Amino acid sequence: MIGINKNATQIMAEIVSNKKVGAYNHIVFAVGDIASRSKPGNFVAIAVGGSNSAMVLRRAFAIYRTFDKGSSGGLLEIVVAPHGEGSTWLTNQLPGYKVDLIAPLGTAFGIPTEPVRALLVGGGYGSAPLFGLSEVLKNRGCRVDMVLGASTAMKIYAPLDGKRSVNSLTTVTEDGTTGITGKVTDVLAEIIETNEIDIIYSCGPMGMLEAINEISSKLDVMHQCAIEESMACGIGVCMTCVLPIKGDDGQIRMLRSCIDGPVVDGESVVWDSKRSIPKGTWGAH
Amino acid sequence: MFDYKTSLGQAEFSNPIFTASGCAGSGRELSQFFQLSELGAVVTKSIMLKPRSGRATPRMAETPSGMLNSIGLQGPGIDIFLEKDIPWLREQGANIVVSIAGESVDDYAVLARKLRAVSGISALEVNISCPNVENRGQVFACQPNTARAAIEAVRRNIGGELPIIAKLTPDVTSIVEIAQEVVAAGADGLALINTVLGMVIDTNTMRPKLAGKTGGLSGPAIRPVAVRAIYQVHEAMPHVKILGMGGVASGRDAFELILAGASAVSVGTATFGNPNAVMKIKEELANELISHGFDSLKEAVGYAHRAEGNLL
Repeated sequence: MIGINKNATQIMAEIVSNKKVGAYNHIVFAVGDIASRSKPGNFVAIAVGGSNSAMVLRRAFAIYRTFDKGSSGGLLEIVVAPHGEGSTWLTNQLPGYKVDLIAPLGTAFGIPTEPVRALLVGGGYGSAPLFGLSEVLKNRGCRVDMVLGASTAMKIYAPLDGKRSVNSLTTVTEDGTTGITGKVTDVLAEIIETNEIDIIYSCGPMGMLEAINEISSKLDVMHQCAIEESMACGIGVCMTCVLPIKGDDGQIRMLRSCIDGPVVDGESVVWDSKRSIPKGTWGAH
Repeated sequence: MFDYKTSLGQAEFSNPIFTASGCAGSGRELSQFFQLSELGAVVTKSIMLKPRSGRATPRMAETPSGMLNSIGLQGPGIDIFLEKDIPWLREQGANIVVSIAGESVDDYAVLARKLRAVSGISALEVNISCPNVENRGQVFACQPNTARAAIEAVRRNIGGELPIIAKLTPDVTSIVEIAQEVVAAGADGLALINTVLGMVIDTNTMRPKLAGKTGGLSGPAIRPVAVRAIYQVHEAMPHVKILGMGGVASGRDAFELILAGASAVSVGTATFGNPNAVMKIKEELANELISHGFDSLKEAVGYAHRAEGNLL
């Protein structure tokens, strides 16, 4: 338990580059040795708005990838969708500006010891952490297939070098502007069966993760997903980002997605509990 | 030599900067960022008799210079807390203020009995003002008689010399009246203020944003409310020690609460934005006091109440 946040440090990190890619911004920070401590699935918490901002809470972003160049040159990259005021502020900051950043935080994707057949599924900018994961899996001798989905082509995040890191890439858009028309879940069952998938890794909106879990559960495939629930602190003290999660003992507990997540076993999440505490949850009253 | 020491009841603290209950987890989460023993005290998350899941999500909404939370006192319950958290905090050399919350007067009595023999605790914060309960009638600090009953129950059962600090809400017609009740009932000090009841409506879904509908507003947005409450209570009862809190994000903010009458200051929401906020504020407040010519923290407590024309 004393290991909570044990790899995390808080630094002022300089923006090295900030480029628009489709509907998103790809931002690179100089983070020193944080890069070597970060794993696919971990996230960063960044203070937004500058000092004396009316935005008092950090914003959490999945780490897209890191480059470990020793303590002076480590780089950390994220992909930001300018949704709200905080993320929009961040996408407007120029190289040279320093942001207050805490990383690495949260759990990482579990990497199998055997070379398995993995399917990576990303929704929108949720694809970002999957490319770093793909590289790790490939280095372990895994076969990696990837499915990326979004409402429209502009919102598919799939950089060229990312595409090279996978054995196959299927894109799906709801409006049909690129790839297959529909949702990622429309194509999963076929890929799982054809490619004899052993494990699914997913990242994206909660609705998508839930739909993926239904399929993985039915087809008896392991599923690790990076969940998201709105966070105030990112370091485990605020207790706002909790989710009902079933432990190995069968007990459901409200666990923090910043400490016990963001990466969790899809089977352990009590998905159908929107805006309520599931019956039998530890301490339910 | 500047004297940063402070006291609440018989409890002495090396400096006046504390965490705020519910804003420092179990302490372990923050210990990665600084030594907990550097704090005036760790105020633990309000603990109840039994394990508690807390409320459903969404539990949080950011607001201008603040946030709404609706956690609902999630926690492991007093027995696990005493077994796991207290020994760990003691090992860290932290000064510990235990915060307790109950659903009934009897809960407070039982909690006090469970804590009376526990060593290594400096004081008890009795949270009778958590806004995140289903029934507004459960907010003991909203009525003089229920506030009194809860504090009396703790007083009768705590024994010994452990100071009792009653945590009050500003969501009342007269916080001075409630403060006087709980002091008469045996509180040694007051924690002012708890969060302010609020609501955010999501204009996309056109429903309350929080699953629990209402939540407690915290952060710099409520600081003037805290300053007002501390000022009023200190004016009415200058000898009662106050642990001040409400939107403190800098040494300047902490200084404001001290001037209003706080003897110590808890930092809550600022920690969410910056895990090192408490350490930053501790240093800034000392500089603030020294640059204004104070030789000790104690001299500055309630200094805003001095007669017209008096400057240091």
